[in-house]
Amino acid sequence: MSGPSTYEPKSAIERWLDARLPIVRFSADLMSFPTPRNLNYWWTFGGILAFCLGVQIVTGIVLAMHYDPSGAGAFNSVEQHIMRDVNYGWLIRGLHATGASMFFLAVYIHILRGIYYGSFKAPREVLWLLGCVIYVLMMATAFMGYVLPWGQMSFWGAKVITNLLGAFPLVGKTITTLLWGGYSVDSPTLNRFFSLHYLLPFVIAAVVALHIWALHVPGNNNPTGVNVRSKTDSVAFHPYYTVKDGFAVSLFMILFAVFVFYLPEALGKADNAIPANPLVTPAHIVPEWYLLPFYAILRAIPDKLMGVLALGGAIVVLFALPWLDRSKVRSMRYRPTARLYFFIWIAASLALGWCGSQEPQGAVIPGVVGPTLIDYDINSVTWLSRIAAFYYFFYFLIITPFIRFWETTLPVPDSLYTPVLAHPAAAPVGAATAAAE
Amino acid sequence: MARNASLFAALIGALCLAGPAFAESTELPPPDIHWSFEGPFGSYDQEQLQRGYKVYREVCATCHSMNMVAFRNLGDPGGPFWDPKYPNPNDNPVVKTIAKDYQIADIDSETGDAIKRPGTSADYFPAPFANEPAARASNGGALPPDMSLLAKAREGGAAYIYGIVTGDTPGAPHGLIVPVGKYYDPYIAGDMSAYWKGDPARTPTGGFIAMPPPLTAGKVTFDDGTKSTLKQEAKDVAAFLQWASDPKMEERKEAGLAVMIFLLLFTGILYASYRRVWRDVGH
Repeated sequence: MSGPSTYEPKSAIERWLDARLPIVRFSADLMSFPTPRNLNYWWTFGGILAFCLGVQIVTGIVLAMHYDPSGAGAFNSVEQHIMRDVNYGWLIRGLHATGASMFFLAVYIHILRGIYYGSFKAPREVLWLLGCVIYVLMMATAFMGYVLPWGQMSFWGAKVITNLLGAFPLVGKTITTLLWGGYSVDSPTLNRFFSLHYLLPFVIAAVVALHIWALHVPGNNNPTGVNVRSKTDSVAFHPYYTVKDGFAVSLFMILFAVFVFYLPEALGKADNAIPANPLVTPAHIVPEWYLLPFYAILRAIPDKLMGVLALGGAIVVLFALPWLDRSKVRSMRYRPTARLYFFIWIAASLALGWCGSQEPQGAVIPGVVGPTLIDYDINSVTWLSRIAAFYYFFYFLIITPFIRFWETTLPVPDSLYTPVLAHPAAAPVGAATAAAE
Repeated sequence: MARNASLFAALIGALCLAGPAFAESTELPPPDIHWSFEGPFGSYDQEQLQRGYKVYREVCATCHSMNMVAFRNLGDPGGPFWDPKYPNPNDNPVVKTIAKDYQIADIDSETGDAIKRPGTSADYFPAPFANEPAARASNGGALPPDMSLLAKAREGGAAYIYGIVTGDTPGAPHGLIVPVGKYYDPYIAGDMSAYWKGDPARTPTGGFIAMPPPLTAGKVTFDDGTKSTLKQEAKDVAAFLQWASDPKMEERKEAGLAVMIFLLLFTGILYASYRRVWRDVGH
């Protein structure tokens, strides 16, 4: 923890405990942790994510009490037993299934916030890396969780994704055999996925603890990117941010509840209400929405191994971000050029997500047919994914490291409190005077 | 700017060589039907569910199983025969009567012989065929899907089922060669280009289905006196199958209303607390 502890044991028992296991001091210091006073609502997603992880673990433990992880019994244990016979089973499963989507929605906003405000930059590289590890673990956990209901999309999703690993030369076949527990996706695959799906959330929780620890060493970044310099720059975490995060979590719960109670099937695929059948391939195999951009990158590349490497690269490049971005200005609030490229990158990622949900040969502009280039019409979803995937990497590998040679940054305020005093916070004084000049 | 616009127009013009590049699977979108269970406050129309149950029982159940539904479910809250007088659906006389009419395979506990006994409310709807090969053998090689989750397992849900059932007709557009044992249905996905003799630009949308047209006007006599048209039967059975797929919908929406009211109040209180805590703090 940064800064001296302000905790004073008040009773004899607290003093006794404090000398042996200072757990009360630890909690008190967490609550009084100095936090920049200018954090906006984008900073509430850390708390929202902690809430999401809690929901997934609690509902998941209850679901595991009623679930049968066998190829013969899994589908019925979910669709018949849990959904029809278990008291409030529909609610627990609804929270867990919708919760996965909500978790990813929140983590994407959290990651975008980190990129926009330069939260990955020194001295927060380890904090960022731990966040990337959590994200990768989340994707693995979500993928295996989606397999568990053992519907058509579960089965075929598992088949497509595990087959990707078979693209690696020499070791590919061994890896897939090990993952499958045999020579095809079957009951043993389901068993091991269930085991890992129960294990990984606790690994995530452990990495989250490290993530929060790594946050409490340098302290929070803030929208200006300017370090906390004086006492007036920060406020105690409690009550200021407990109440603000609490309000944001509550708003988030409203959105969550709309899906759970009124649109329970909206985020899923109808095909997954059909029991897994290895002999019938669904017409369109698509992953859940949160994995669609990566799926589009995979399909954009004509070669399977290169596609798998590009998919992996799209995630690996996030880990390298602290060393790719060399800008001395932390927050994009003062980097209008970088901001523009960043927003295009978000648009490219959304386009990739859309492409991932479409048929690769489908037309982007309906009814228009153009020349064919590298197997696909240039008006096809595949070509849009190729362009968007190119920009995805171009942004990280070219623009991010080299933009400092041509970008003009705006003056950064002396202290994070300066823009606050000049209300409204959205128009920092530095930016306003620079525009006037 | 103008140069860009004309460049763009030229590009679009160059791309505009209309015509499908790939033979594509087509189907009509499901008919737009008003259902009582739509919207956040929608609930099942119990009389419709009862009519739909009768269509299921007398027509669909001849070939389609409904493995996940037990007789007692018919008497659950929101179900076709829910009666507040019988909070335990196993006591519901209508449910008991329905169950008793079915013969359920069982083992005689004293002799160990395979026997048939009358159903009880705890039993599940028995399947019409002993196994998948038997079902296929009786249906020209096609497998009638289980109906427990049918509405949930098809994009479009109840409206899709309504479309399939009403669109499935013995006739077909003139010029379409219908294979033996198949029926043309505009609402099922398919590619008709190989079977179409006419103008390729006017290839019919839809595909073939192995199910013979299941319903005709007057096929089922409704107990409540509702006129038994094809559309009425189709709509009622689609609503019944929606219930079979999502029997907890009413419970879910009722809980949702309470949760929403609570969350809105709770959020309001938290917002007020937030304003109060931060009132003297610039941020």
